[in-house]
Amino acid sequence: MAELVWLIPAFPLAGFLTILLLGRRLGDPKAGYLATAAVFASFAVAAAIYFDLVSQPEAERETVVTLFSWVPVGTLQVDLAFLVDPLSIAMCLFVTFIAGWIHMFAVGYMHGDAKFSKFFLYLNLFVFSMTILVLGENLLVTFLGWEGVGTCSYLLIAFWHTRESAATAGKKAFVTNRVGDWGVMLAMFLSFSAVGSLSYTVLNESAETGALAASTASAIALLLLIGAAGKSAQLPLYIWLPDAMEGPTPVSALIHAATMVTGGVFLLTRINPVIAASYDWVPTTIAWVGAITALFAATIALAQNDIKKVLAYSTVSQIGYMMLAVGTGGYVAAIFHMVTHAGFKALLFLGAGSVIHGMHHEQDMRFMGALRKFMPITAATFIIGWLAIAGVPPFSGFWSKDEILLFSLAESPALYAIGILTAILTAFYMTRQIIMVFFGEARWTSLANAEEAPEVADGEPPVETHDAHGEFKPHESPPIMWIPLVVLAGVAALGGLINMPKLFGIPSGASAQLEEWLHPVIEFGEADITGTWAYDNKYLLVGFAVAAALIGIALAWLVYERKRIKPWEPSLLANAWYYDWAISWFMGNPGRAGFQAVAEFDAKVVDGAVTGTAVAVKATATETRKGQTGYVRQYAAVIGIGVVLLLGWFVVIRGIL
Amino acid sequence: MTDATFLEYVVFFSAAVMILGGAVGVIAMKNPVHAALGLVLTLFGVAVQFVAMEAHFLAAVQVIVYAGAIVVLFLFVIMLLGVDQSMDLSIEPIPIQRPMAAIMGVGLVGLLGAAVVRARDASSINPGSGIATSADAGNSDANVQQLATNLYGDHVFAFQLTSVLLVVAVAGTVLLTRKWPRDRAETESSDA
Amino acid sequence: MIAAIEPTWYLLLASMLFGLGAFGLLVRRNPLIMFMCIELMLNAATLTFVAFATDLGDINGQTAVFFVMVVAAAEVVVGLGIIVSILRRRPGATADDLAELKG
Repeated sequence: MAELVWLIPAFPLAGFLTILLLGRRLGDPKAGYLATAAVFASFAVAAAIYFDLVSQPEAERETVVTLFSWVPVGTLQVDLAFLVDPLSIAMCLFVTFIAGWIHMFAVGYMHGDAKFSKFFLYLNLFVFSMTILVLGENLLVTFLGWEGVGTCSYLLIAFWHTRESAATAGKKAFVTNRVGDWGVMLAMFLSFSAVGSLSYTVLNESAETGALAASTASAIALLLLIGAAGKSAQLPLYIWLPDAMEGPTPVSALIHAATMVTGGVFLLTRINPVIAASYDWVPTTIAWVGAITALFAATIALAQNDIKKVLAYSTVSQIGYMMLAVGTGGYVAAIFHMVTHAGFKALLFLGAGSVIHGMHHEQDMRFMGALRKFMPITAATFIIGWLAIAGVPPFSGFWSKDEILLFSLAESPALYAIGILTAILTAFYMTRQIIMVFFGEARWTSLANAEEAPEVADGEPPVETHDAHGEFKPHESPPIMWIPLVVLAGVAALGGLINMPKLFGIPSGASAQLEEWLHPVIEFGEADITGTWAYDNKYLLVGFAVAAALIGIALAWLVYERKRIKPWEPSLLANAWYYDWAISWFMGNPGRAGFQAVAEFDAKVVDGAVTGTAVAVKATATETRKGQTGYVRQYAAVIGIGVVLLLGWFVVIRGIL
Repeated sequence: MTDATFLEYVVFFSAAVMILGGAVGVIAMKNPVHAALGLVLTLFGVAVQFVAMEAHFLAAVQVIVYAGAIVVLFLFVIMLLGVDQSMDLSIEPIPIQRPMAAIMGVGLVGLLGAAVVRARDASSINPGSGIATSADAGNSDANVQQLATNLYGDHVFAFQLTSVLLVVAVAGTVLLTRKWPRDRAETESSDA
Repeated sequence: MIAAIEPTWYLLLASMLFGLGAFGLLVRRNPLIMFMCIELMLNAATLTFVAFATDLGDINGQTAVFFVMVVAAAEVVVGLGIIVSILRRRPGATADDLAELKG
C-alpha cells in the first residue's frame, strides 16, 4: 500500500497539468471542482496508507519508496524517493484535508474573478509542492518542495498583480524566503560533507549513533533554523507574512496559516536526532527564537485594524509556539499544535474571507460590527475558532497549547512566563477581533458611499448585493463557502482528541494517540520530562492555562465591549515595532551604499582589471610598434646586435673552445 | 710547419694592409666608383693571401671571377643608373644607427678574435688527408688536381646544382629587368 | 711548403674584414655600396675557409670556397638586377627610401 504514496503528489500534479491545458475551456467553476477533487483524491490515498500503516506493528511503519535515481554524481547519490512514516503521513493527512476544504471555499470566493482557472492552477501546484516537501526522503526532495511552495506563494500572493502592493508583497515573500533557503542549502552541503548523504535516514542514524560530531550537528541545526525562520516566518525573517495578506484570502488560509508556514517546523522535527546531537544551547536558541517571536507578534496583533493582518501576526505568534515546543524537546506537542493550529487558523482565515466577501471586500475592522446578525454561520464558526485559539477547553487549541507550556516550564521558567503572557495576549487580541467584527454597533453605514471605503481592491469583481433600496447590506456567504467553515469548525472543536493528555478523567486508551503514533520518529529527540516539577504539577498548570485564556478574554471584553478601560493601541505596535521600517531604512541607506560600493568595485576593479589588461596590451603594442620603422638598415643593425650577443654568450659565458 | 720567414711576414702584412685598406675604402668613399676600386684592392689582397697559403687555383679564380667579372658588373650598373654622384656621408637619418653599427662591429671583431685566440691551442678535429702542394710532389698542378678530384668526385652533385643555380639566376635576372613593351611605351612617352 | 704563418693570423684578419663589411652594410645607404660590403663579408668567409683548409690539411675547404664564389656570382647577378629594377622606377633612391614595411 505504501508503494502508492506517489499518488499523493500525482493527483494535484495531474490537476495542475489539466488546468494548464484546459483551464480556460473549463472555466468557472469547473476548474475549481477539478482542483478540489484532485486534492481530496490525494487525501483519500493518504488515508488509505494511514490505515495500512496502523495495521502494521510499530517497528515496520517506515518505508522508503524510490521513484528513480535523481542525482547520481560520483559519491553523491540522491534519489527521488518518498519516506512513508508516521510523521510524513500525519502531515499529508492534515495538509490534504484542509487544502481540499479550502479549495472548495475558494470556488465560491473567487467566483467572477477573471483569472479563476489560473488561481486553481497555482493552488494545485502548491499542494503538489507541499506534499513533495512533506514526503521527501532526503533533504534535496524536501528542498524541491520547499522551493516549490515558495514559488507558489509568490505567484499566489501577487495574484492580483496589477495592484502594486500585491506585486511588491510577492517579491518580498520570495526574497525573504530566499534568505532562509540559503541556510537550507548550506545545511545540505554540510550534511553531504559530514555523512556523505542527504538522506534523512542516514543523517538521523549518524546523529543517533554519535557518528555526527556535535559541532557539525549544531551547524546543520542552526542552518536549518535559518531556513525555518524564513519559511515559517519567525524573527528575523517574519516580515513577509503580514504583507502576504495582499493575496486572496484562500491563499492566506492555505499557505500562510495551515501548510507552508509549518514547513519549517516540520523540517526541524524531521531532523530531531541531529538537534539532539548538537550542543545544548542549540535547542535553547530555537526555543528562545520561537518564544520571542510569539510574544513580539502577539503584541503587534493587538494594535492592528485589518482583519487579516491580525490573523497574520497571530500565525507568526502561534508558529513561535511551535518553535518553542521544538526547542524544548516537545516534538509531539509541536506537531499537535501544528495540526490544531492548521484547523482553527484555516477556519479563522476562511471566516475572515467570508466576512470580507459579505462586506463587499471591506477589510478594515473599524468599519465592521454586529455582523453576527447578518452572517450567522460565519459568526458561529468564527467563534469556535476564536475559542480554540484562545485556549479555552475543551476546544483543540487548549490541549496543544497546554502541552507546549508544559514542556517550556520543564525547560525554563522564563520561557514559561513568556508563553503564558503570549497566551493572555492571544486571547486578548482575538477577543478584540470578535467584538469589533461580530458584536457591538454596526459601523459600516458609511460604506454606502464607495469613496470612503478604504482598502477596496482594484481588479476584484464588485459583487452587487444591495437590497431593494440600494443601501449596503452585508450578507451570508453561499453554501459552497460555509460548508468548509462548518467542517473546519468541527476540526477545531474536536481536534484535541488526537492527543489527550494523561489526566484524571480521561481513559488511558484514548490518550496520547498522536504521541504513540509519532513515537518512532521522535523518540531520540523527544525530551523526557517525566521527572520534572512541571510534570508533577500538571493540574496546576492546566489551571494556569485556562486562567490565562479567561483573563485575556475578560480584559478584551472590558476594553472593547464595556468600554470600561481605554484601549491602548500605540503606534509603535501598529507599526510592528518599526521593524519593517528599519529594514527598509537600512537597505535603503547604508545597505544601498554598501551595494553601490560593491557594484563600483566590480565595475572599476574587476572590470578594470580585464579592460586594463587590454589597454595595457594595446599600449605596449603601440610602443613596440615604433620599432618597426621600415628601415632595412635598422633591422640589419638589430640583427647584428643579436648576433653579437649570441656570440658573446657562446664565447664568454659558455667558453667555447 | 716551420717558423715563418721574414719574407712571409712581409707578404702577409702587406696583403693585410691591402685588404683592410680596401675595405675601409669601400665603406668610407663617397663616390661609388671609388668604393668599387677599394673593393678591387681588397680582392687583390685576398688573392695574395690565397697564393701565400698555396691555394693557387683559388687565387686565380678570385681574380678572374670576383675582380674581373663581379666588380665589372658593379661598375656597369653604377654607370647605367647614373648613381656615380658623390653622396653626403655626414647625414644619417636614423639617429642610433652609427653607434649600433659600431657596437656591432667592435663586438663581432672582438668576440671572434677572442674565440680564435683561445682556440689557438686546441687540438685539431678531424684532420684531413693533407693538401698537396707543388713543392711536395714536384707537380706544379698538384693543387688543381686535388681540387678537381675533390670537386668532381665528392661534390659532383653540388656542382651540378650550382650550374642550375647559375642558369636560374641569369634567366631570372633577365626576366626581372626586362623592359616590357608596355613599360617601354611609357618610358618612351615620358622621355619624349 | 705551406706558409708557416699561423692560421690564427689569417683568422683574425678575416674577422676584421668581416667586421668592416658588416659595419659598412649598416652605415651606407647607397644600395650598390651595401652590396659591395656584402662582397667583403663573403671574402672574409672564403679567407677563413682557406685558412682552415691549410691548417687542417683538408681540401674540402678550398672546394667550399669554390662554391661560395659561384653562389656569390649568382647572387650579385640577381641582386643587381633587383637594384636596377628598383632604381629605374625611383632614380636616386637609397635604402632608407624603401621603407614600405613601416608599421
